[in-house]
Amino acid sequence: MTKANIAFYWASSCGGCEIAVLDINEKILDVIEKANILMWPVAMDTKYEDLKKMKDKSIDVCFFNGAIRTSENEELAKILREKSKILVAFGSCAHEGCIPALANLFNKKLIFDRAYKETETTMNNEDTLPQTSFMTKEGEVHIPEFYDTVKTLDQVVDVDYYLPGCPPTPNIVEDAFNKFLSGDLPPKGTVMAPVKALCDECPRKKKDKMIDTIYRVYEKEADPEKCFLDQGIICMGPATRSGCGHQCIKGNMPCTGCFGKTPEVTDQGAKMISALASVLAVEKELELDEKKVEDLISKIKDPVGTFYRYSLASSFIKRKVIK
Amino acid sequence: MDSNSSSPRVGVFVCHCGSNIAGTVDVEKVAQEISKMEGVAYAGTYIYMCSDPGQKLMRETIEKEKLDRVVVAACSPTLHEKTFQINSKNAGLNPYQCEIANIREHCSWVHEDNKKATEKAIKITKSIVEKVKEDKSLTDIEVPITKKAIVIGGGVSGIQAALDIANGGYKTYLIEKDSSIGGKMAKLSETFPTLDCSQCILTPKMVEASNHPNIELMTYSEVESVSGYVGNFKVKIKKKPTSVNWDLCTGCGDCYNKCPAKVPSEFQEGLSKRAAIYIPFPQAVPNKPVIDRENCLYYQKGICKICEKVCKIGAIDFDMKEDIVEIDTGAIVVATGYREYPLENLTEYGGGKYPNVISGLKFERLLSASGPTGGQIIRPSDGKSVKDIVFVQCAGSRDIEEHKPYCSKICCMYTAKHAMLFKHKVHDGNAYVFYIDVRTAGKDYEEFYYRTTEEDHALYTRGKVSKIFEDGEKVVVWGVDTLTGKKVEIKADLAVLAMAIEPSVGIKELQQKLKISIDENGFLKEAHPKLRPVESMTSGIFFAGAAQGPKDIPESVSQAGAAASKVLSMFSSNMLHKEPLICEIDEDVCSGCGVCIALCPYKALEAEITTKEGKEVKRSKLNEALCQGCGTCSSACPSGAATMRNDETKNMFKMIEVILE
Repeated sequence: MTKANIAFYWASSCGGCEIAVLDINEKILDVIEKANILMWPVAMDTKYEDLKKMKDKSIDVCFFNGAIRTSENEELAKILREKSKILVAFGSCAHEGCIPALANLFNKKLIFDRAYKETETTMNNEDTLPQTSFMTKEGEVHIPEFYDTVKTLDQVVDVDYYLPGCPPTPNIVEDAFNKFLSGDLPPKGTVMAPVKALCDECPRKKKDKMIDTIYRVYEKEADPEKCFLDQGIICMGPATRSGCGHQCIKGNMPCTGCFGKTPEVTDQGAKMISALASVLAVEKELELDEKKVEDLISKIKDPVGTFYRYSLASSFIKRKVIK
Repeated sequence: MDSNSSSPRVGVFVCHCGSNIAGTVDVEKVAQEISKMEGVAYAGTYIYMCSDPGQKLMRETIEKEKLDRVVVAACSPTLHEKTFQINSKNAGLNPYQCEIANIREHCSWVHEDNKKATEKAIKITKSIVEKVKEDKSLTDIEVPITKKAIVIGGGVSGIQAALDIANGGYKTYLIEKDSSIGGKMAKLSETFPTLDCSQCILTPKMVEASNHPNIELMTYSEVESVSGYVGNFKVKIKKKPTSVNWDLCTGCGDCYNKCPAKVPSEFQEGLSKRAAIYIPFPQAVPNKPVIDRENCLYYQKGICKICEKVCKIGAIDFDMKEDIVEIDTGAIVVATGYREYPLENLTEYGGGKYPNVISGLKFERLLSASGPTGGQIIRPSDGKSVKDIVFVQCAGSRDIEEHKPYCSKICCMYTAKHAMLFKHKVHDGNAYVFYIDVRTAGKDYEEFYYRTTEEDHALYTRGKVSKIFEDGEKVVVWGVDTLTGKKVEIKADLAVLAMAIEPSVGIKELQQKLKISIDENGFLKEAHPKLRPVESMTSGIFFAGAAQGPKDIPESVSQAGAAASKVLSMFSSNMLHKEPLICEIDEDVCSGCGVCIALCPYKALEAEITTKEGKEVKRSKLNEALCQGCGTCSSACPSGAATMRNDETKNMFKMIEVILE
């Protein structure tokens, strides 16, 4: 039996997805038995030049994690697309933009100003900022271009499958490896996790959602038996794909939505906002004047970070318009 | 032919609507542009698509072009959607694959620029073509009917509606909050334009309702809660404790004749007193007393009990508790009537402050032969006779800034009646009427008004009264005659304000219990102001009388008949056919989060836990019969499991995309 050729790559990400591959523990050995790993930046030194020399489609499956934030990310995405039979968006950044895409509330200039000029620990009297090319004594140095907008992998190249999660949990990683290596492939475009929302696997007791007020997690010790939303703590579970094994819930923390939207939904954040707006103080609706409604809504601190923490780049709005 | 095929053949029929659409929109161009769309097999126009030849053209084209879906670009779907759906059905299509593109109300009527209106009409039609392409073939939902009705409100409208339904052969519950039926009409003296005595024509109807084998009177009762849906409502009725066992009571009257506690009589508009145990008026139906606990010496101070002592049959029951009964009913008629706008609100006229400034309804009691004065017109302040009387029309009506913006409709006519009856009783008296306009639209109404002015010489002055104040024994009315521009001052013995009328107290609570709508003035909102005036937006709930808007007796009675005929036509079949355009819960998607359940205004959703392949499955379960297709669940559903049939999100995106092209 010929071994499959697989590759891993990291674009704009925290590195956690690379580690997540190892979360499957000793089962990685089974993978290695069935596959040659051609590229794995966290563990191997593969040069881009060598990658470019590979024949097209010589990689059977490429697991690409990280969002597209720089010209380097985009270039590698395009090269790996050409070299791979199957390109998998691995993890929330490649899938939906994730935390790096929250930078879409700003642009390159605002980010650079903050990072290189305004931070309290920075001394930059000459206003030096990164340049894509710079002449040194040794010659011209090139660094990748930093884009205004963070994109998802499928916004720059065609993607075959998605593994959701920040990072993908060992069970779905293992399941995906098994499927790819055995050739038991789902339809193109499949997000390789269950279709139902997290509430399906959540064991907490649910009541009718009558939420009078909203608490942040530190403001109230959540009853571990009861649904977070019923307790007034925003939980993205109802709007988030299941399959993670509800690890956060088990740790008595609400779901923050990293597995992304369910397949019938177009915009995870909008859906959750719509759901919450529908149930919030619904019983007292007639008693609330505009001021009280405003007070209630203002209890949701950081709405983008709450509802679009992982999905801003893939949402309808995608980014803030900065004039 | 039902079609869910992936390669639809859509026919688009663009209506000129005479010049209503074609005058602004280039309908030929619309057809021409639409014919270029993928999936459109035919696009044509006709001058009146809803006419017989128009409908025939549609049917013939459907057959000739082998169409499987249809879009009619015409007027609002509220007008002719049914017409065209039935026509498509007759041509063999599924009616739910016939859609209306509204290019009249949404386009030609609101635009003038020909080119832009045409572009918009094309976009509207394109969007609906995208919708129809995705529309699934659906079948109506059948729901069984409980053939019993509830009528809420025992005034003349409610009585008439109950009688008509009962005469149709169906059990009817007539619910009245007071102890007797009769409503406002029972208080009136004579009625315009024929001057029949109100009681003479009403009381026989009250008795008929009370004796009818199909009518169960439930007076001193109120609606507690309503659940269920058309054909199958469950209504909980709260029977307030009367403190008198009506099964035993013979209505002899000993109790209220002996009761020492006296309070102003509501029925007599405070002109006389009643006892704490009382019947509202001698002709009350049922003729059984109740104890007004707030004014009873026993309930308030623990003393007295005289009624118990004088009641020979022991019908007094001080320990009676309220009782809740549940009634299954297929239809509900709301006939809760009106009340007068409070006199106290008209401070500029001294309303509620001066005893000789009274409301129209109080004047009715003064006029009435069964009233506290036996029909004598006296001043409430001192009982002296009245020689000069001023009637002020539009007291609170047609006053956008301070009071009610609408015309209360009945006041012009009853003021004419008041002035006429006053002149009949006080031959040497002077009746002055201030009016903004005199509105006498109604059969024989203008003639009646003519008699008041020409035969009985009531003096009509066009102008609004600015102020009324007391001067000694007199009330002084200041106004302006707008026809001459002169100031007018009249020193009168009595001023009668033709008060605006407004919906009864409690209409809002009832509206919420019934889940029906009210308009900006608090009156019940009908499903369509012209074509469905006695129906609510919630199927199975109908309106009769002034609860829906100001109405006189003939109008109330005819509306009651109309509501009853709606109920009877519903009861004429054993099953109800319901539009299948409702919510759908995709079981494979629903995670059972429960967001939708509390939100459903029709209580059509409930949490259900089942076991599938050994695994516990949570989901929201839909009761199709209850669902009205409002879409609340679908917009709230965070996982996209709740969708609206033929209005799914992905279809909507397609519809939006062609508009943005």
